Amino acid sequence: MNKGKRDHVIHYLNNNIRYDGRKKEEYREISVETGVIRTAEGSARVKFGETEVIAGVKFEVGKPYPDSPDAGTMMVNAELIPMSSPDFESGPPGIVAIELARVVDRGIRESGAIDFKKLCIKHGELVWTIIVDIVPVNAFGNLFDVASLAVMSAIKNAKFPELDGEKIDYKKLTKNSIPMEEEPISVTVLKIGDHLIVDPIPDEEKVLDARLTVATLKDETIVAMQKGGELSLSTEDIKSMIEISIKKAKEIRKFLK
Amino acid sequence: MAYKKRLDGRKFDELRPITAEVGVIPNAIGSAYFKIGKTGAYAAVYGPRDLYPRFLKNPKRGVLRCNYNMMPFSGAGDRVRPGTSRRSKEISLVTNQALLPVVNLDDFPNSVVDVFVELNETDAGSRCAGICAASMALADAGIEMKDLVGAISIGIVDGQVVLDLDYQEEAYKDGHVADVPMAYIPSMDKISLLQCDGRIKKDDLLKGLEMGKKAAKQLIEIQKKALKAKFEVPK
Repeated sequence: MNKGKRDHVIHYLNNNIRYDGRKKEEYREISVETGVIRTAEGSARVKFGETEVIAGVKFEVGKPYPDSPDAGTMMVNAELIPMSSPDFESGPPGIVAIELARVVDRGIRESGAIDFKKLCIKHGELVWTIIVDIVPVNAFGNLFDVASLAVMSAIKNAKFPELDGEKIDYKKLTKNSIPMEEEPISVTVLKIGDHLIVDPIPDEEKVLDARLTVATLKDETIVAMQKGGELSLSTEDIKSMIEISIKKAKEIRKFLK
Repeated sequence: MAYKKRLDGRKFDELRPITAEVGVIPNAIGSAYFKIGKTGAYAAVYGPRDLYPRFLKNPKRGVLRCNYNMMPFSGAGDRVRPGTSRRSKEISLVTNQALLPVVNLDDFPNSVVDVFVELNETDAGSRCAGICAASMALADAGIEMKDLVGAISIGIVDGQVVLDLDYQEEAYKDGHVADVPMAYIPSMDKISLLQCDGRIKKDDLLKGLEMGKKAAKQLIEIQKKALKAKFEVPK
């Protein structure tokens, strides 16, 4: 870590200033567009300031897992392509991409957002698989929250393709949406020194002590969490971070289409 | 038989609708988005920057390194499996060679200029869309260039020479189809990409190349307009 940069970030946070002039608990401008990719069955383009992420849903059919013969499946994958940031390199997904995909996946899966039982086509033989790919166009901080909102928006936007026996006809989409039960929203709070901030830019992410991603439902129930960063958190920290997450989730929820 | 009217109603020498924009990826030194019909390509340029692994370095001039990739949801049918494929490696190679004649990297020995081409949705003609996006992105990055590059496919659908085939034409069942992606550099009057997939007679090919050259000039005008638009002062 660059100590000079960290001191600089903290010095300004002590005066309630961030690099881009925002307040500590202020998000950048958010925009959500859905149905942006014609080759996907569902898609969304989400921007938080200069960070731009596309999420696309593709359907597949296949055999269910033996331990849940009546349930469909979901896979969330993130491709941190080198086009979107000088910090990303070509090659198979590294740990950053894997953590991102798994944290987004967990928020949706563990909230019970999708009723996987309704994705069963033939008990024990054929079920739907929902594959959601996250691709940043420009990665400029806070991929966790941007990607979570993009994936939720893309899933809500998706329509099932028609099924011809056991084969999918991707040219024909039905009017049926993915059966949704809940709508989790993820908010990541960063701890830098004694400060708690949301929606970090890369300069802030590079000097963080710890972060906590919290996915919550409309009724404020927590459904998934991930603590990251090299330093530990006190119970008091966690309480404050969760409170910020719940408060900010209410703002972000308005953008979910 | 015979292909009298195009499936989407275009004239035989008519391009699909095009939109072009530069500066779409703020992290990159130069960037562009080029959309033709339902095929969309991003391109981002990073560099000149240090090149690793070291044995790839050229002490005489900088290295141009193009990388073509389809986003997993960009295919019309099944999901495209992430990661490189034989197809994407070959397209990366021909993209590189299509652009190499116009860029001058003599001032950047031991460095690399990376060009990342990413398709977000495709409906045929993706390598050509990628080359057009890359041409704009390189110019946006301020890389010294002799000209822009216009890339387009020409071909045969059931005996008829056509420009800019879309997917339903490439998949035309009632007659032979040839797909000939090409890239043209007007100021040098040179062709820097030429591939052919399917049956075509020499005379038809030559006719098609003239059609493609004319279209490439149109494409370059569109690229120039997009590049200029970035620096226009809003009224």
